[in-house]
Amino acid sequence: MAPLLEIKDLHAEISGGRKIIDGMNLTINPGEIHAIMGPNGAGKSTLSYVLSGKPGYEITGGEVIFRGVNLLELSPDERAAQGLFLCFQYPLEIPGVSNMAFLHTAVNSQRRKRGEVELTSPELVRKVRELGQTLGINAEMLKRPVNVGFSGGEKKRNETLQMMLLEPYLCVLDEADSGLDIDALKVVSNGVNALRSPERSMLVITHYQRLLDYIVPDVVHVFAAGRIVHTGGKELALELEATGYAQYQNEAA
Amino acid sequence: MAAPISAQIRPMKTSAELALAETFAAARTALPGGPDVAAQRAAAFGTFADAGLPHRRVEAWRYTDLRALMREARPLAAPPDAEAKARAATAGAMLAGHGFRRLVLVNGAFVPELSDLAGLEAGLSIRSMADALTNGDALTARLGQTVESQDAVLALNTALMGDGVVLQVAAGTVIERPVELVFVTTEATPVSMFTRSLVVVEDGASLTLIESHEGPSGVAYQVNTALELVVGAGANVERVKITAEGSDAVHLATVLARVDATATFANTFFTTGGLVVRNQLLAHLAGEAIHARMNGVSLLSGKQHADTLLSVDHAGPAGESRESFRAVLDGAAQDIFQGKIAVRKQAQKTDARMLSRALLLTETAEACNKPELEIFADDVQCGHGCTTGTLDQQLRFYLMSRGIPAKEAEALLIQAFVGEVLDAIGNEGVRTALTDATQAWLLGRE
Repeated sequence: MAPLLEIKDLHAEISGGRKIIDGMNLTINPGEIHAIMGPNGAGKSTLSYVLSGKPGYEITGGEVIFRGVNLLELSPDERAAQGLFLCFQYPLEIPGVSNMAFLHTAVNSQRRKRGEVELTSPELVRKVRELGQTLGINAEMLKRPVNVGFSGGEKKRNETLQMMLLEPYLCVLDEADSGLDIDALKVVSNGVNALRSPERSMLVITHYQRLLDYIVPDVVHVFAAGRIVHTGGKELALELEATGYAQYQNEAA
Repeated sequence: MAAPISAQIRPMKTSAELALAETFAAARTALPGGPDVAAQRAAAFGTFADAGLPHRRVEAWRYTDLRALMREARPLAAPPDAEAKARAATAGAMLAGHGFRRLVLVNGAFVPELSDLAGLEAGLSIRSMADALTNGDALTARLGQTVESQDAVLALNTALMGDGVVLQVAAGTVIERPVELVFVTTEATPVSMFTRSLVVVEDGASLTLIESHEGPSGVAYQVNTALELVVGAGANVERVKITAEGSDAVHLATVLARVDATATFANTFFTTGGLVVRNQLLAHLAGEAIHARMNGVSLLSGKQHADTLLSVDHAGPAGESRESFRAVLDGAAQDIFQGKIAVRKQAQKTDARMLSRALLLTETAEACNKPELEIFADDVQCGHGCTTGTLDQQLRFYLMSRGIPAKEAEALLIQAFVGEVLDAIGNEGVRTALTDATQAWLLGRE
């Protein structure tokens, strides 16, 4: 079975700035859930941005193969159409663009790019409403501008809705639990778990073990100083909770 | 002999000013109107001749130096012939199909056979300005009386006004069907047009008035158009003015609006066409408790230059005004917004807010904002704000990360930026048409 994602000796830095990713290797097979844990400032969020193609980062070495193509050569929208989804740590507010119009444009842009038939408005509205119900997103929230006036929990549920609607092959969840209370965390985790399938993989970036009680990983990596320094099973997350990251930071240095 | 010390220092006449003087001298006897109108024209031309074309040292024209931007004055357009009328038949496509009552002016002349004058609602009267001036009309006595102004471009309009529309809505009459004035230039050689319209909406009456201006690209024609608008007590007027002139046109437009007590007045500018565009709106809010909304959208590219001058004069108490302007600038385009809110001493409890925002899509585009407040009353709420910036790259990335291509992501964000103003337009057909026009502009962008 070909891996879904292969990161090989990746080096990246902030444009004109310091090096953040420093020789990272990671292979994710279809259906696997990988957690990346590590201290603040280790470069975890940068990894999510580099994968999704955010401007402002420079790749200075290595490659990323996603579903057989060189991901780093694609624009952010092409990466999305290829099946990559980044669940933002802090989802942005977009005044003047209604949530439903945004979802409609996103879904059909991707379908167009992949040569698939576009969804009609009624088809999309029905699908969005159904998914919205499972996440506690009502019609009113769908009419409002994207994320404007949403609470932290509502924003994360809205991210989860986008993810469920777009049906990506790889979901990158960047600190999916930040800003969430336990109830919202359960709703979001249920949404994520509903997406688990033999073809779909997840990369869960977090610095707390808590989230991994709800989204149970197959593999846990410790990320420090720009690369993976240790890999283990799901029990590693509990060990880290007890011992902290200090030993690995020394290892990386 | 020594020169007299009382000699006035006059600026050197430019070739355009000299040509305008010749045009006026040649045309004055043929222009419509009796002796009173002729006297008014002569006085107005004197005002223009003393001031000359506005230039940088005239504060209101500081950013639009007509001496530099209008090197030549084009000859007056001839009355439209059958061919011109035929070419004008397709004009006003942007708002076609909404069932508005269209009044068409070709090369500055009202053309009844292209206009929809059938089944006029009771209380609505329409005639051409040339007809009103030539054959007399009580309303024309109001010309020049709406709002006081010494502006040289308006004076030139008064001196050379050829035709236009005189429209009246009788007291208490609600005209449901919007009236659209379609101004179209058809000539392939550069000509000039001086149109003047007068719209009187009497007490308690209601009207939606749309005005659109278009013409051929690649022809350096010149439009000087003016509207005097009287909004009676308790009346409701919504006006939308679309400037979609050809690529090389110079378009100078003045609106003088007098609004009486408890009336509602809304004006929206929508500017996409023309090389040099000036929209000046002088609103005199004469009575108490007036609600006014004065908004604008400019979508400019290439070397387009658009200048909006807004003067809101709160002369009565408890008035509310909202001014909101958006400019989207591509290429090396320039947008200028000069907005002044004046609150007179008696205009207590005035609530006025002005906001102008510009979005620069390139490093060569330029936006100038000059807000002014002049407040003589002591119990008012007034504010102004202006912003100039580029598209938010974080938002652009967020949209792209969901699969939306760069150009569409930008279009969504720009449409949202402009939507804040367009959504305020009361007439749904106009709102939709302008949203579509914005989308077309965005898709046409390189």
